[in-house]
Amino acid sequence: MEIFGIPLQAFLGQLVLGLVNGAFYAMLSLGLAVIFGLLDIVNFAHGALYMVGAFAAWIMLDKFGINFWFALVLAPLLVGVLGVVIERTFLKRLYGLDPLYGLLLTFGLSLILEGIFRDQYGVSGQSYPVPELLEGATNLGFMILPNYRAFVVLASLVVCLGTWFLIERTRLGAYLRAGTENAKLVQAFGVNVPLMVMLTYGAGAALAAMAGVLAAPIIQVTPLMGSNLIIVVFAVVVIGGMGSILGSVVTGLVLGLIEGMTRVFYPEASSVVVFVVMVIVLIIRPAGLFGKEA
Amino acid sequence: MSMSTNHTKLIRATYIGILVLALVAPLIGLYPVFVMKLLCFALFACAFNLLLGFTGLLSFGHAAFFGFAAYVTGYFIKSQGWSPEIAILAGTLVAAFIGLVFGLIAIRRQGIYFAMITLALAQMVYFICLQAPFTGGEDGLQGVPRGKLLGLLDLSSDTTMYYVILAIFVACFLGIARIVTSPFGQVLKMIRENEPRAVSLGYEVDRYKLVAFVLSAALAGLAGSLKTLVMGFATLTDVHWSMSGEVILMSLLGGVGTFFGPVFGAGIVIALQDLLADKVGAWVTVIIGAIFVVCVLAFRKGVVGEVHAWLERRRARA
Repeated sequence: MEIFGIPLQAFLGQLVLGLVNGAFYAMLSLGLAVIFGLLDIVNFAHGALYMVGAFAAWIMLDKFGINFWFALVLAPLLVGVLGVVIERTFLKRLYGLDPLYGLLLTFGLSLILEGIFRDQYGVSGQSYPVPELLEGATNLGFMILPNYRAFVVLASLVVCLGTWFLIERTRLGAYLRAGTENAKLVQAFGVNVPLMVMLTYGAGAALAAMAGVLAAPIIQVTPLMGSNLIIVVFAVVVIGGMGSILGSVVTGLVLGLIEGMTRVFYPEASSVVVFVVMVIVLIIRPAGLFGKEA
Repeated sequence: MSMSTNHTKLIRATYIGILVLALVAPLIGLYPVFVMKLLCFALFACAFNLLLGFTGLLSFGHAAFFGFAAYVTGYFIKSQGWSPEIAILAGTLVAAFIGLVFGLIAIRRQGIYFAMITLALAQMVYFICLQAPFTGGEDGLQGVPRGKLLGLLDLSSDTTMYYVILAIFVACFLGIARIVTSPFGQVLKMIRENEPRAVSLGYEVDRYKLVAFVLSAALAGLAGSLKTLVMGFATLTDVHWSMSGEVILMSLLGGVGTFFGPVFGAGIVIALQDLLADKVGAWVTVIIGAIFVVCVLAFRKGVVGEVHAWLERRRARA
């Protein structure tokens, strides 16, 4: 069976690959959206935190024999703590200033993190084995689906929906959303806003790190893996419109799919297609697809 | 009043001193290629500062203009045998055109959105450079000859090349100063300070921003073209987004919105990279990142900006 002259097998394979990439875009842009929503900071260090998460998992396995499942919990916790430290030491000094300073500061931080790992591990990649439980592939009849990739898509959907639920449907989420609107008023109601802000950045960092751990068995773990991805995620965020959590998840997944399809039909364009979509969306809707701000 | 004239005199004397130093640099044993490279990046930083410092637009995609122009110039000289002045002009014009396209798209949004959009657009140019047939892919363009300027001046001599670059740099520096102090420049400053007011006064703000963006892109392209001529190569490094970050650092470190700040900042960054690259390896990135963090946290005015502020305070006290 063929679709537009492409074997169905190859087509679906690329589609799954696109969905997996989309899952990473979704998780990363979700973290960016959460941090931006409450802190008004475009976290340029997000890609570096994703890279640190992947390295944390790799080091845990390599040095201490800690397996994937523990790393999936431990690495985000560690990076979350790193995020808290970053927020306390650096970011809290920038609140109230032009958000551009936050962008520049986190850019500096990402250079520092990247440089340290490059000094330690060079630019050649480290490979991380697929966890035993998820080795192999399932034959769906019309295609062979690698188990681990299916797991990544599922895990990312669970995390994204969980975050969405937490923010849109719980009391804590209500405080968070209110804090973004008017921090002083929420503070006056007895909510510890600085604590909330600190934990939000930590949680955003942890989300990035979790994406990193999930990515480790699929790609080579290298110091540059984050800086290559973050620009695409920025484009996703611009397309989705930065305010919306659901928007970033949907946009991330859809763009991953579009990228996968492009790889089937016109491979040369696959690395630019996200940016082309961005240009088209911006011309039609400058605020992004889900953006509210004028 | 007299203090204020003193202030101006001091600044003028500093400029003349630096110019004299630049004129005699090859004679007193400063390596000309290093100073030329520095001047190219200083011009790049000045072009960037025209946009950020005087119009208030943070572009995170200036590597696209610099790098793409570097390729265009290198390609025309090396593969088409064009003379250097025409190839430089071509690089500059192509950069201006890309600037026009970027500007039309990005100016619809402000602040961080503007920054992120320019960054994404520049990354698109990066991928095009990676795959286009004329750029040499991963290897870039190597061994670009300098040729003869206007068929007369043999640029293969470092000293001749040096004075040509210095002349172009000084002309551009004065040109930027002229633009900024002109009525057009005053409108740009007003847009930076209070955009809604500029709109309500009836200025077509978007048009002013676009002109500033194209001018800045063209000058960045000129810097990239000259860099190819000086160094003899154009590579993916020139067009990668980390180059956009570097030019931001140069301006920020020297002093955004000052005339001389970007030149000073470019000097420090290039010197650091040249001096440290062999000795500390990947720590150069760490050091540059740390300078970034310190600039943003502790002295947002930059070195030249802080000196200006100090002079102002002293004047106020006197």
